Amino acid sequence: MAKIKLSERKIAELKDVCKAFNNDKGELINVLHKAQSIFGYLPAELQEVIAKELNVSVAHVYGVVTFYSFFTMTPKGEHPISICLGTACYVRGAEKVLEEFKRVLKIQVGETSADGKFSLSCLRCVGACGLAPVVLVGEKVYGRVSPEGVKDIIAEYNV
Amino acid sequence: MEMVKLTIDGKPIEVEENTTILQAAKKIGIDIPTLCYFQLNDMNIENRPGGCRICVVEVVGRRNLAPACSTNVAKDMVVNTHSIRVLNARRTVLELILSDHPAECLTCAKSGSCELQTMAQQLGVRELPYQGAQSTYRKDTSPAIIRDVDKCIMCRRCEMMCNEVQTVGALSAVNRGFMAVVAPAFEMNLEKSPCTYCGQCVSVCPTGALTEVDHSRNVINALADPAKTVVVQTAPAVRAALGEEFGLAPGTLVTGKMVAALRRLGFNYVFDTDFAADLTIMEEGSELLDRLTRHLKGDKSVKLPILTSCCPGWVNFFEHNFPDLMDVPSTAKSPQQMFGPIAKEYFGKKLGIERKNMVVVSIMPCLAKKYECQRDEFKVNGDPDVNYSLSTRELAHLIKFANIDFNSLPDEDFDNPLGESTGAAVIFGNTGGVIEAACRTAYELYTGKKLQKVEFNELRGLESIRHATLDFDGLPINIGIAHGLGNARKLLEDVQAGKSQFHAIEIMACPGGCIGGGGQPFHHGDSEIIKQRAAAIYREDVGKPIRKSHENPFIIKLYEEFLGKPLGEKSHKLLHTHYFDKSAGTFIEE
Repeated sequence: MAKIKLSERKIAELKDVCKAFNNDKGELINVLHKAQSIFGYLPAELQEVIAKELNVSVAHVYGVVTFYSFFTMTPKGEHPISICLGTACYVRGAEKVLEEFKRVLKIQVGETSADGKFSLSCLRCVGACGLAPVVLVGEKVYGRVSPEGVKDIIAEYNV
Repeated sequence: MEMVKLTIDGKPIEVEENTTILQAAKKIGIDIPTLCYFQLNDMNIENRPGGCRICVVEVVGRRNLAPACSTNVAKDMVVNTHSIRVLNARRTVLELILSDHPAECLTCAKSGSCELQTMAQQLGVRELPYQGAQSTYRKDTSPAIIRDVDKCIMCRRCEMMCNEVQTVGALSAVNRGFMAVVAPAFEMNLEKSPCTYCGQCVSVCPTGALTEVDHSRNVINALADPAKTVVVQTAPAVRAALGEEFGLAPGTLVTGKMVAALRRLGFNYVFDTDFAADLTIMEEGSELLDRLTRHLKGDKSVKLPILTSCCPGWVNFFEHNFPDLMDVPSTAKSPQQMFGPIAKEYFGKKLGIERKNMVVVSIMPCLAKKYECQRDEFKVNGDPDVNYSLSTRELAHLIKFANIDFNSLPDEDFDNPLGESTGAAVIFGNTGGVIEAACRTAYELYTGKKLQKVEFNELRGLESIRHATLDFDGLPINIGIAHGLGNARKLLEDVQAGKSQFHAIEIMACPGGCIGGGGQPFHHGDSEIIKQRAAAIYREDVGKPIRKSHENPFIIKLYEEFLGKPLGEKSHKLLHTHYFDKSAGTFIEE
């Protein structure tokens, strides 16, 4: 159907995911979840493959992908940065930290830097309120982050 | 089924359980206004998202108001459909919907047929009290349909039509909340989607969010140009519906007045697509007989069933969805596209009119015809065989624009020779009509006998998929008929699986056939209107002196003078076409 730019191996893996859900159109959300965990995001080609496998329209798949904020069509950066905007972090200045990340990386929330290294997202409470404000880079947790500390965090990964 | 007693507006009523308040109220003549709700009763078409909240009613004992379209009746329920609380709530709901709707009624293409406008009138909206953000989205113009989603109220009728009824899958609701729109995948333009331009989304859209591409201005310019000879052809279904636009009862035949109006508009020759429909039968019927006789002689290379190819929405559908079956449909062009080359290459040349000075306009119940006449294979050195295709609605607007008092026009006759047609041609407008017309001719050509009765009633009706076995003098011929592309898909999947028992299948993309086409006057969900149009078409057939295509004297003459014989060399060049695999179409940019 589509002009596939994904590798054949990845496509085969995706088709196996669909098959694991019996190519059932009712399992679309589960298939998308799994696909995003494999590929990191849901590019258009991938949605076309899923639509074909589950025998639904591409428009429908795209409709579901754009409805749920969990799904993304933008590839995540090599080091995904998440800033906690939960109550505790918020009152201790998380918003200023976020603004600093946006300024330094020159990207908005939900975007990925041009070199593909960093992406920026927000989340609500990681359960480490004692460390507020909290920032996650990948799986690593940074506590008591100040806007001044942002550059140092980025520098750690910019080697 | 359990019966439930309840009271609506003080009137007691007993209905089956699982009936909605809306349906129950309707049974006792109480009209509850609706907006997103849509139904075409006899065709299993229903849209009930319960989203707009216009149909709210008061249920005694219930804290909030209930949407009547999606709330089932219950035992001893007491419903008030028009209390002050209800009326105020409805108006507020509408005012909120209107707070994000462009107030462009004066210039909107849908003005006068807009259900939102009608609702604002009915609910007495006299000001727009809520000011807020306005949706802004780019306008998407395809060859046939314009999407202006700023006018969309997210009723999702189009989505239901495109997905559930037509199974085309071009449209879906995407994004969420205030950003939600109905759009093709990846919000690409309609032209890049698997859209067939059947126009059923347009025919159910309550507002001006989905409209046809209007070519009336181009036609006016051609009519005003003294160098051009402007020829018009009118499809069968138009005469059975055009009157509705001028206040006449549905099912009023206005053939004579339509011809008179076209002449007053300044068309040099008023011809009939029905003539080309007779021609289609000669070609398609001969193709059916050819494949059938070869099949009976044991030729294994013959593809059966043969599928009709008159409907451009259907052609688009199989090009997108069934490219492996492209050798199954008849190669005969649609009547619109047969008319074009006959007008320009035969009639024009006979009169010494140069091709570049002839403009062929078609009046169609259809939006896919707009796309069809723009296809490259129907052009000669860039000049289209049919220059412009107008919908029934556009013709009505044109007549009003030209200040013609339609209802007081006399009945006039089509011009000759391309205006002469038979009863077989006029029934092309109804589901089952093309195959009935083909069988009238195929029977007589195959058996060499006269038909005792020209009507094949077993092929008629509004059932979504029909089949019948006709007796061709001892040879049983199995006919399948589907209208609506979702029904067509079912028959096609059988063909694909090698399970189809049919010799011939007729498919029309629109529910009811062309009479229910995407370019017809809006029926607003009243299936009675479609039935009346169908009855009118059959009345027109009965009133015709000749009712079999192969007996049309002008068709006989056309073959003698110009074409030679059906499926002959000239026919192949001018009247047959080929199809393209469009399944590779993708939304992804190179």
